[in-house]
Amino acid sequence: MDNFDKGSGPTHGRPFQVALLGNPNTGKTTLFNALSGLRHRTGNYPGVTVDVRKGALKANFNGTDHDIDLLDLPGTYSLAARSPDELLAVDVVTGCFGESSRPDALVCMADASNIERSLYLFSQAVELGVPVVLALSMVDLAAKQGIKVDTLKLSERLGLAVIAVNATKGAGLRELKAAIMEAALGKVAPNAQMLPEAVKSTQAELAKAWNCHPGFVLRALVDEGGEAEKRLTAQKGATAVAELHAARQKLTTQHQIALPVLEPRCRYPWIRKQVAGTVERSQNNQKGFTEKADRWLVHPFWGTGIFLLIMLFFFQAIFVLAKPVMEWLGELTDGLASWVGGQLGPGPFNSLVCEGVIPGVGAVLVFLPQILILFAFMGVLEDCGYMARAAFLMDRLMARCGLSGKAFIPLLSSLGCAVPGILSTRVIENRRDRLAAIVVAPLMSCSARLPVYVLLTGAFLSQTWWLPGLTLFGLYMIGFVVAPLVAWTLKSTLLAGEKPIFMLEMPPFRVPAVKVVARRMVEAAWEFLARAGTLILASMVVVWALLHYPSTTPDGKYWPEVIEEAKGEDRLVLLEQWKSNTILARVSRSLDPLWAPVGWDWRIGAAALASFPAREVVVASLGIVFGQDPEWEETAVGEESEKRLASRLQEAKRADGSRLFTIPTALSLLVFVALCCQCVSTLAVMARETRSWKWPAFTFAYMTTLAYLGAILVFQVGTMLEGWIRP
Amino acid sequence: MTSQQPPFAVEKSLDKWPLQIQGEIVSVEGTDSVACRLLEMGILEGEPIRILGYAPLGDPMEIRLRDFQLSLRLSEAQRVTVRPAPLPVD
Repeated sequence: MDNFDKGSGPTHGRPFQVALLGNPNTGKTTLFNALSGLRHRTGNYPGVTVDVRKGALKANFNGTDHDIDLLDLPGTYSLAARSPDELLAVDVVTGCFGESSRPDALVCMADASNIERSLYLFSQAVELGVPVVLALSMVDLAAKQGIKVDTLKLSERLGLAVIAVNATKGAGLRELKAAIMEAALGKVAPNAQMLPEAVKSTQAELAKAWNCHPGFVLRALVDEGGEAEKRLTAQKGATAVAELHAARQKLTTQHQIALPVLEPRCRYPWIRKQVAGTVERSQNNQKGFTEKADRWLVHPFWGTGIFLLIMLFFFQAIFVLAKPVMEWLGELTDGLASWVGGQLGPGPFNSLVCEGVIPGVGAVLVFLPQILILFAFMGVLEDCGYMARAAFLMDRLMARCGLSGKAFIPLLSSLGCAVPGILSTRVIENRRDRLAAIVVAPLMSCSARLPVYVLLTGAFLSQTWWLPGLTLFGLYMIGFVVAPLVAWTLKSTLLAGEKPIFMLEMPPFRVPAVKVVARRMVEAAWEFLARAGTLILASMVVVWALLHYPSTTPDGKYWPEVIEEAKGEDRLVLLEQWKSNTILARVSRSLDPLWAPVGWDWRIGAAALASFPAREVVVASLGIVFGQDPEWEETAVGEESEKRLASRLQEAKRADGSRLFTIPTALSLLVFVALCCQCVSTLAVMARETRSWKWPAFTFAYMTTLAYLGAILVFQVGTMLEGWIRP
Repeated sequence: MTSQQPPFAVEKSLDKWPLQIQGEIVSVEGTDSVACRLLEMGILEGEPIRILGYAPLGDPMEIRLRDFQLSLRLSEAQRVTVRPAPLPVD
């Protein structure tokens, strides 16, 4: 026996594994952040689509420091699993992901102001055969509501440590860490009896017969039609299923036990017994602030009005607040391009940097302010508790097209960018509902489409004062109309199934924590910058190369130099000669039959092709193809450069001398951009979130098809109408 | 079952009560997983309940239980029988 085992983990020489379990909205994430600091990584579990964070910390117990790996399990109300994600806690505890990640102790988080319901999950956790520590949050809030928890008495009664914590203030953290170590080293699992003896013995028998962990067996036995039963069917086959049904039959007929409701019917009486005498309630007839606020906020009339006002403010904020910063960033990019252009000598590298990399990445970076505002706003709404109200107000409307009310916010944030939108679908527990929301999220017009909208609307659809606004509105409406239709189609075909139950806790209102909101903003900004630095940069380099080479004239001169020497109109003619022979142009020209029905020529086709990795690239590609060198004209900075590109587009001619961009052509390109999934990041996030390439592939296919068909429809109908108006 | 009965003895499913009614849960119907979900969330016999509001178009509804507020659709609320109770929910 070695008692001088300092600093390291348990006998098998690894850090102690501790899992954190708790209801949503109990401050679990705050506790996790407070315990593990900033160092955490995302755990990856096969078959699970939620992020599980892992953090490392040191805990002092009896003068010795121990290493702990803390695992933040997704917030849940019960271990009864209706989806693979919800079985995660059971899987981790039962060693499904290997013995090395099997926890030495569980920390169960309970909300003191809502003690009985939050002890439900705890009552399931204490039966898993692992030492448990109970952490109590919101003790101050509970006291304000007249609820007093005697932690010492409760701890004595439960036979395990009960620690009151306030993670924001750091109170109780040291005690909690010590209690965790005491539990993990003591290796004593709580001994609680709640379920009837018949169920216990059946559980033990089946565990032996199937060679399974009893914790998993209980889930398979009790949750009829749940995830554990599905997995049992898949892994152990028909005999196990027959045994399961026989066992359930026996419990129902011989012992009169109604299975799915057995657990709450047994656990709540146990909870009440534990709480009696340890939790004191003073009679308090006051309606709380949250309830008073909800009289207005969820009122069918006032609530809807307030909701619409908040949303209006949200959009205004995104556009108005971000505008000056975006303009400044835009000017900075242009300035940088021309400065670098002056520093570098002429040649392909100059062209790559000034026409490809800087404008391409710059065009993406200008959206950083929008992303920051979007996430600040979402963070505040979520942390103060309003998000649940928004889902409540929108549920009926969303349910009509087969989505959950909880899908509203993800779709709304997809108007900023589909990537955070898809990430925020994690709040939807039902897998089919979540998939439907993920698949339609990229149909919402994201902010990356806006520059194309503005460019083409400004150039071709601003003959009267009301036309540009109407066009922009119509383009956004395409998403609002098509997304529900696609969702409805999916939910009645591929994702058909029974309507999931919608039960949403309406958390109490509170002042949002600056730390939480700031953290979300920083994380989002990093993800976005990483994307601009990698994917957009790479695709701009590729697009530039494909539109630059071959870069020599038939008599062996370098094209940009030839154009530089030419004068006035000749430059454009020469530019077209050069560009029409580049690699991407050749590809695009070979696809001419594809462009004819939508009214495009090879140049528009090339820009559309180039923007498949990231639609932000489309404006920059149009710039490369139609010629937009800032050196050519002196006035070319900021907004001016956009106007210049617009006038280039207006002047562009087809081979037969007619104008390239008619109104139907511009509209067909706009509709194409509105509907097409030109965003590799969205597809990558989709693959990560669904843990499969099937859904991104499907989304890409259906959106591209829709976009092409939509473009054909608009061009053909538009040309027909134009013929009638101007015969 | 008739109108002669005093009002506090009337039992109706949760979706049929007007706003702000104070009540007590009498029963939760069913033994399936939907009933299990309702019970897990603390919608239990004997618990105090108050109806806080209905969303636009009348569905879902928001209720207050002893310690927290919850929204659920009428299709699930149908399974919960409530009778008015003199005791207020705190």
